Amino acid sequence: MNVRLEREWPALGAVAALYLFLAIAAPSFYHFENLRDLALANVPVLLVAAGMTLVIVIAQIDISVGSLFAVAGVTFGVFVKAGLPLWLAPFAAILVGAALGAVNGGLISFVRAPSIVVTLATMIIWRESLRWSTGGAWIEDLPANFQWFGLGQQAGQAVIVAIALVLFALFWWASDNLSVFRAVYATGSDSEAARLAGIPVKQVLFGVFVLMGALTGIAAVLNAVRFSDVPANSGMDLELKAIAAVVVGGTPITGGRGSLLGTFIGVLLLGSIGPALTFLGINPYWEKAVQGAIILATVLFDALRMHRARRLAIA
Amino acid sequence: MLTYTRRLPITTPLVLEARQIRKSYGAVHALRGVSFDLYAGEVHALVGENGAGKSTLIKILTGAVEPDAGEILLHGERIVENSPAKARALGISVIYQQPALFPDLTVAENIALASESGSLLRRVDWRSRRARASELLARVGSHVSPDARAGSLSMPEQQMVEIAKALDANARVLIMDEPTASLGDQDAASLFRLVDELRAKGTAIIYISHRFEELFLLANRVTILRDGISIQTCAMADVTNADLIRLMVGRELDTVFPKHKTTLGETVFEVRDLSCSRLGVKKASLTIRAGEILGLAGLVGSGRTQLAEALFGLAPLESGEVLLNGERLSIESPADAVRAGLAYVPEDRRRHGVILNLSIAVNSTLASLGKISNSRGFLNAATEKQLANDCIAKLGVKAPSADTLARNLSGGNQQKVALARWLMTDPKVLILDEPTQGIDVGAKSEIYHLIGRLAASGLAILMISSETLEILGLSDRIAVMAKGEIVGLLERDKATPQLILEMALT
Repeated sequence: MNVRLEREWPALGAVAALYLFLAIAAPSFYHFENLRDLALANVPVLLVAAGMTLVIVIAQIDISVGSLFAVAGVTFGVFVKAGLPLWLAPFAAILVGAALGAVNGGLISFVRAPSIVVTLATMIIWRESLRWSTGGAWIEDLPANFQWFGLGQQAGQAVIVAIALVLFALFWWASDNLSVFRAVYATGSDSEAARLAGIPVKQVLFGVFVLMGALTGIAAVLNAVRFSDVPANSGMDLELKAIAAVVVGGTPITGGRGSLLGTFIGVLLLGSIGPALTFLGINPYWEKAVQGAIILATVLFDALRMHRARRLAIA
Repeated sequence: MLTYTRRLPITTPLVLEARQIRKSYGAVHALRGVSFDLYAGEVHALVGENGAGKSTLIKILTGAVEPDAGEILLHGERIVENSPAKARALGISVIYQQPALFPDLTVAENIALASESGSLLRRVDWRSRRARASELLARVGSHVSPDARAGSLSMPEQQMVEIAKALDANARVLIMDEPTASLGDQDAASLFRLVDELRAKGTAIIYISHRFEELFLLANRVTILRDGISIQTCAMADVTNADLIRLMVGRELDTVFPKHKTTLGETVFEVRDLSCSRLGVKKASLTIRAGEILGLAGLVGSGRTQLAEALFGLAPLESGEVLLNGERLSIESPADAVRAGLAYVPEDRRRHGVILNLSIAVNSTLASLGKISNSRGFLNAATEKQLANDCIAKLGVKAPSADTLARNLSGGNQQKVALARWLMTDPKVLILDEPTQGIDVGAKSEIYHLIGRLAASGLAILMISSETLEILGLSDRIAVMAKGEIVGLLERDKATPQLILEMALT
């Protein structure tokens, strides 16, 4: 695997520093229960951020994933309630996610509408359609084996985290080893050059958004089974969390570069802030402020580095 | 030193003088000593081949570019620290080949932007602004409304607005760069009347055009540029068409061009009556044999790049067919073209030839991902590395390793990587668009050797170039384009720079 850490090391350094500091100042942070809860809570962001990495590498954005997450979760609940077998229902929900992703991708790649506007529109449409069709009511009275896939809490938790990590690792591996990912990076760097090199740019772009939808669907399913009911308003701010993690992980918002390793570090860093504050005895209301500061620091750091690189190039 | 005979009233004052202007971009010497003078009430033509330095000279006069050496005098006073704003304030206006209006502003606003000054917070007097615009438009004989959005106008209409803009700036020196390139005959005629009128009022005009008949109609004097040097200035009445062409080309072929001895094979590539209105290509036909280099010559804007793009599936064709080894191809996208065995190394390498953020290895394998991955699309890192290293060795790319980013390579080496990408696809036909543009002299020769070797290996090569010497030195045959059409085909031993230029100017 091609690990160069050119752009990831600031985030990696911050994570290392934070965890080292916690080991000294608040060793109880390392209790198994805490780490397990931290992992569980970040499963949705991790999977969505994986897709978002590709979306941003290809120089686009998708802010509809939070709404899509809610729709896929509710769909999953409705399918299970309607009697679809528990092994089949997740695939149905993932398919719905992919289909909604295809709507985004179709409008962006074939109609050439700007992704920020398209996904802003679908973000609102999906959220509001869901509110209208469910009346805001949760999907309740699900079969007993819905929660934790009927595996019991401990095994269920382990399975969820394992699925997410394995998927992410697969994705990471694929990004280095599947030729189609080359096409994604090339398109994000310079779509005209990629087109002239014979890469089917539109299809690649479309595929990335479908994948984004499918991953969000998986994230929604893994999140839903943690509870006995499915809320109709889940996934709020999920798109922002995912974008933040990708950016903090060193993927420039202008596309063409970036890595899934960086995104993993970004999720880990931003996701650890809340629990860390709690264990350090600081008011957890500071969580968002600290996260914001980290994002700002990343951007400033990058700007400084660019500035220095330019000065060196001139000299 | 300037040698010229002047047939102007001695009484007109000298307006502008350029003395020994020099300018290099890196290793490329754009201007190597240009001297030039301009009198009030004179139309002074500036001619030269593509790359002779006309554009650079204009940029220097208008303050867009700073010269390395030499000086510019306006009314005998040296212009120091020239800038676009300063040049305009001094009364030097320019009208470019392509109109450069703000498409979302109205005609009146566009005109006002060029001339109004004052505080950014001043109140806009819309009525006088419109009245002024109407008056200027009437003067140039344009019927467009001052309230029309500039972007909604046709090219000729926009060009007339540009001229109105220049009038408004009260230009004492007006530079016109191919002003008729986007105009029809009628609009051109009213432009000529206007030029004459301005001259009568004492405006000094620098007029650049490839259309010699216009120059004979309008110009008092002409200065010929060649290779960044002002070769000669003479009265228009003293020269003929043939003189101008001889002076523009003016040198013998030297031996920088290694034409490899090749025996030409069968016809590999054939294009019949290809038309594409979106790209402005009309009824193009050509054939290329195995091992042959077909040069495609013509002026900038003659449709050579557009023909290459049409062949590569970048725009839908109206008619015509493309045959490879006698089989008809249907190419609707670059992906189809690549599959069929075509390769296209585009002009403007830094933008579309290589992807600057990616490594040499990734760049060189980008068009042949199938080769470095198995049937399920998994990349084979070892194969990739090997292929990339092979091409580095074969093409002589100078870089620390295959992982070096393209942005850290020199122009010549980037071009080699762009070539490597396409050679890896085992193409039958290679289309090169300005293969040595902006590359320093040493690297140029390397690229020429490379192209020669590729032809010798049996490739059919279509080479677009604006450098007549490059075309003559490398091509087996030369097709000349003008206005989207192929207007002539020359055998290598029959082709001369004069002949090519004459054809290109038709």
